[in-house]
Amino acid sequence: MATVNMLFAGFGGQGILFAGKFLAYKGLIEGKQVSWLPSYGPEMRGGTANCSVILSDAPIGSPIVDKPDVLIAMNLPSLDKYEDAVVPGGKIFVDSTLIGRKVNRTDVEVFYVPASGLANEKNLRTLANMIITGKVIKEVSEIGNDNLETALNKVISARHQDMLKFNLDALNIGAQL
Amino acid sequence: MSDMVLMKGNEAIAEAAIKAGCRHYFGYPITPQTEVAAYMSKRMPKIGGTFLQAESEVAAINMVIGVASTGKRVMTSSSSPGISLKSEGISYLAGCDLPALVVNVQRGGPGLGGIQPSQSDYWQAVKGGSHGDFHNIVLAPASVQEMASLTVKGFELADKYRMVSMILADGTMGQMMEPVSLDIESTFNVEKPWAVTGTKGERKHNIVNSLFLQPEELEKKNFERFERYKLVEANEAMYEEYLMDDAEICVVAFGITSRVAKNAINEARKQGIKAGLIRPITLWPFPKAALYNAADKCKAFISVEMNMGQMIEDVELSIRCKKPVHLCCRTGGMIPAPEQVLAKIIEVNEKEA
Amino acid sequence: MAIVFEKPKALTDAVLHYCPGCTHGIIHRLVAEVIDELGIEGKTIGVAPVGCSVMAYNYFTVDFVQAAHGRAPAVATGVKRSDPDNIVFTYQGDGDLAAIGTAETVHAAARRENITVIFVNNAIYGMTGGQMAPTTLPGQVTQTSPYGRDVSTVGYPVKVCELLSNVDGAAYLERVAVNNVKNIRNAKKAIKKAFQNQIDGKGFSLIEVLSTCPTNWGMSPEKALTWLEDNMIPYYPLGVYKDITAEKEAE
Repeated sequence: MATVNMLFAGFGGQGILFAGKFLAYKGLIEGKQVSWLPSYGPEMRGGTANCSVILSDAPIGSPIVDKPDVLIAMNLPSLDKYEDAVVPGGKIFVDSTLIGRKVNRTDVEVFYVPASGLANEKNLRTLANMIITGKVIKEVSEIGNDNLETALNKVISARHQDMLKFNLDALNIGAQL
Repeated sequence: MSDMVLMKGNEAIAEAAIKAGCRHYFGYPITPQTEVAAYMSKRMPKIGGTFLQAESEVAAINMVIGVASTGKRVMTSSSSPGISLKSEGISYLAGCDLPALVVNVQRGGPGLGGIQPSQSDYWQAVKGGSHGDFHNIVLAPASVQEMASLTVKGFELADKYRMVSMILADGTMGQMMEPVSLDIESTFNVEKPWAVTGTKGERKHNIVNSLFLQPEELEKKNFERFERYKLVEANEAMYEEYLMDDAEICVVAFGITSRVAKNAINEARKQGIKAGLIRPITLWPFPKAALYNAADKCKAFISVEMNMGQMIEDVELSIRCKKPVHLCCRTGGMIPAPEQVLAKIIEVNEKEA
Repeated sequence: MAIVFEKPKALTDAVLHYCPGCTHGIIHRLVAEVIDELGIEGKTIGVAPVGCSVMAYNYFTVDFVQAAHGRAPAVATGVKRSDPDNIVFTYQGDGDLAAIGTAETVHAAARRENITVIFVNNAIYGMTGGQMAPTTLPGQVTQTSPYGRDVSTVGYPVKVCELLSNVDGAAYLERVAVNNVKNIRNAKKAIKKAFQNQIDGKGFSLIEVLSTCPTNWGMSPEKALTWLEDNMIPYYPLGVYKDITAEKEAE
């Protein structure tokens, strides 16, 4: 891998920042250079939220991802806003439960993941973010499949350790799609 | 890698301050620096320290004055509008020769402005930013690691020169997470015989004061203070050079924009343009000598800033206008994209051929 | 020969800069006597305001910090939090405490900050030459209320003890005066209690001292004392406004 620039985007409360932080920690554990940059401000409370995550073998310059290799869109405004920013040949992951339309671009690879629907169905209601992240890990080979539990342990607070198993389940569901 | 943790820049500042021996924090909530206060509110009670959410920014800086007067390491943090409110206290800290750390995680202005990252308090920070003849030491971190290390450095320089050290960060630096090692400590300590600790009946009373009604006396104080500032300028300027050995275009940028600039410089090099970067780490003292020397080798300078062009004046002064200096900027909370900086490098390279 | 009267140890030899007849001298002395009697000179730290008493640091033998206008309670908070074993007091005038420093005053009280505040109320800005203060009485003529304080345009005086008596955090509030011997003795008792409270960890104690400003009131010192008696005390009644130590005893 050289560098993977990822942009996670959706509503506040969907675990957008958490999913990004999980992959950043995974990269850290694996000795990669990583950065994680959230949007901040009123959008934390129900508006749109996004975070830039960069994994790299080389020191990271700007932590701002304005041309993502990988876009994870978990609501329609995010897809509308960022679809055109994705680099040609990049990958777009769409939560197809919440986003009715298709991706217009033809020069990118698109994965439609019914993450929110599956989360409801499997009784993992707050974990659509991790289902779609499971799919991202599977399809973006540079990220790799190792250290999932170790990274989760870093980002799940001690108070919520019971959530670890559910997060792993959600990643697995995504990985099997 | 085991000692590296992923942390927000704001949190790294807070933890580094604790590692540096700071046990007193006074603040007031304001985006985008509130994590500093939140972190301190968790940690300070557990280590016997003081976290106090003050009734105002003004009160917070005056509480800082109180602790600084007793000789202990103390800090406050805020963002642009809050720093304006604190500026009264910053002048008093300077006038009383008190060491303290003030953190400004900048957002766009003027006025209430916005909450997105900015560097538009550059002038305020490096020119003192309040009434009277004085300077602050201004440190500009460009990574979460530097948010931590420059916090420790800031406390040490403040103690060494009896000055305010200001960390001049921005919303991006405060909010972003990067791996950081907090295996840091402060080894520098000085005696503070001037501190108000109670005479214990053993010495004449100490007075921490900035009032000198006799102009001769006040002038003498200011002369003495500026002798100290000369030492700071001579000894403490810090900067990073990136690909400057053969550079023809010298980009000057600090903090987050220096990282954007590095991306652009890498791209320019791929296109055969010899661009390099001087990144001031201390904004006051400004690394004048490094820039002056670069002016002999480079054909032009580009100041990249998140404001309408503030540092550019210090660049021009440092190189004594020997070479053209161009501005590449965004403002209002916008961050320049690497493409914008690259386009400027290409433009300047052609223009100054 | 028996010494029947001497300068308190907590006062320096510096000559006071206050105007003839000003009551700051009396109040300084009372504070110094209390510091002597409580034996706390070596661990007391004063915070001076902006106003006539700006140079209080020259007159006490204890460590001192000079604060910005109105900020003394915030500075004192820092000094006290740094070393809670030290005794920290502010000495503030009415403009300092009740106008520009209202927020710092109210919130130091609300936090029950364990400090002692000596609040000198002479109903005028003295140092700047006699302007209307937050405590200037209705109808009172000053440089900036030349036709007398008109409450219909500039509002009413701030009654600090009454105001703070509604703040849960305040521990002890008393208004005293220094216009006659009896009142001066009471004032000293109150000041001593305010320091003792701090030693005992009772929290925020404020003593409001009604004082004169003969120069800016445009009166002889003697007439000023009478004016205080006739005009200020009716508007600012003397007495204890809050005392959590008494409340506890009553329970």
